[in-house]
Amino acid sequence: MSTAFLLPATIAPDWPGNFWWHLLIMTVLLIAVLMISVIMFIWLERRVIARFQARVGPNRAGPFGLLQSFADVIKILTKEDIIPALADKPLFWIAPAMAFVPVLMILAVIPLSDGLQLADINVGVVYISAVSAITAIGIFMSGMSSNNKYSLIGAMREIAQLISFEIPMLLALAGLVMASSSMSISGVIGAQTIPFALTQPLAFVVFVIALLAEINRTPFDLVEADSELTAGFNTEYSGMKFAVLYLTEYSEAVVGSILISTFFLGGWRGPFLPGIIWLVIKMLASFFVILWIRSTIPRFRIDQSMKLAWKTLLPLAMFNLFIMAVKTVFAPGLTNWVAVPVYLAITAVIIIYWARFMRPGRQSVGI
Amino acid sequence: MGINIAFWVLAVLAATGALAVVSARSLFRTALGLVLCFLSIAGLFFTLSADFLGIVQVLIYVGAIAVLLIMAIMLTRDVEKGNLPSTLKIPALVSGLAFAGLSVWVMLNTSWQVSSEAPTTPTASTLGNLLFDQGGLVLGVEIAAMLLLAALIGAISAAREK
Repeated sequence: MSTAFLLPATIAPDWPGNFWWHLLIMTVLLIAVLMISVIMFIWLERRVIARFQARVGPNRAGPFGLLQSFADVIKILTKEDIIPALADKPLFWIAPAMAFVPVLMILAVIPLSDGLQLADINVGVVYISAVSAITAIGIFMSGMSSNNKYSLIGAMREIAQLISFEIPMLLALAGLVMASSSMSISGVIGAQTIPFALTQPLAFVVFVIALLAEINRTPFDLVEADSELTAGFNTEYSGMKFAVLYLTEYSEAVVGSILISTFFLGGWRGPFLPGIIWLVIKMLASFFVILWIRSTIPRFRIDQSMKLAWKTLLPLAMFNLFIMAVKTVFAPGLTNWVAVPVYLAITAVIIIYWARFMRPGRQSVGI
Repeated sequence: MGINIAFWVLAVLAATGALAVVSARSLFRTALGLVLCFLSIAGLFFTLSADFLGIVQVLIYVGAIAVLLIMAIMLTRDVEKGNLPSTLKIPALVSGLAFAGLSVWVMLNTSWQVSSEAPTTPTASTLGNLLFDQGGLVLGVEIAAMLLLAALIGAISAAREK
């Protein structure tokens, strides 16, 4: 049938009632995984950031403050839900859902363990980049329909960042597709006998930076820069709708760390432990690095962020694509541990050389 | 059966989106109507086993074109009531109806060639081979790419401050 490409090739026949049970169980499982990870990640973020800033962080509710996020959820859901009088009401209502659903849709193609995935789409990499752009439209809707100048500025920055950082991200992923000669996520993981973070370090650096910008984590959180825009696109939101927007933000962080670990750290692959444990370990490591960057680097201005995207990340991603193309044509078998230092050396040379063009304060760049 | 239901739902959604584009007063709503239309058409591609086309439709039309449109709307004045009602309602109605009638007549009077072969399920590799393989359409792809690049450079040099 025409829905055949949605069927995961590996597991569907084993399940009773095949497709529908698989769909139901995996959907429930993925939503549960996402919710639990979001709640744990909020706790983790507050604790880790507190640690970086030599504070204690939330430690009163439950052991180590683990129940703090649950208390926050209950608090936020009992708040009054206010809609501004001059807001565009239908759009104001739809926007949080429009932002959240695509994040959930990305999870559908991620294998949590060997074969444990909702759908093994054969163009999974393209699917992920296509779907992730819809979130930006949802965030933009929320900013535009609030009828508030801060929301509007935040929304505009969101779109500007999306346009700029989508391109280096896609180019970095193109190198990955070239190396694994497959666009399905399980194919990309299957090609990683050595994680792509080591064989394509340049793509790894570009991808992580572009991802930080796409999910609006701190060096790029211009969308809700609280010192300039009160809260950016979600200034006017409250109650349940604010909760959904907040959930979107952290789901993006969760999915972002899953994407880093799936594309570049080998996903569920790893010795001894079961796949899902490896995925969780890699997720936590990626999220820790994201937090580390957040607590180290101050926020960029919009022109600096644009400059980084167009003048640094885009050429670097091109370099990576070029290196991968040369490698694929002339040395297709060259993916053993001996080649890793070569890749790392090439990456270091390119980044250091390119950084010399990018000294701050050389010239002023308008956008 | 399921495919038929999906077709009708998606077709109605696409038509609703297209109607919203021409009838909504706010420019922002028209852009969102366009997004709805593009997404439903991507869904139609999925029901026709064109999985790669459907996903590329979302990636390019929703992720790039609609987003750029929204960016352009942000830079225009009078977003709230920018989609002005036309003063030529009667001529527009007549020509619209004439065009609709003509296309329905053409559709009904064409003998459509339906291939008896089963659709290739992973379409991405087939399309890729057709476009980039030796003996494929690689020359056309390269020429199109060069054209787009020239247009881009031309736009930049035309818009640049002297």
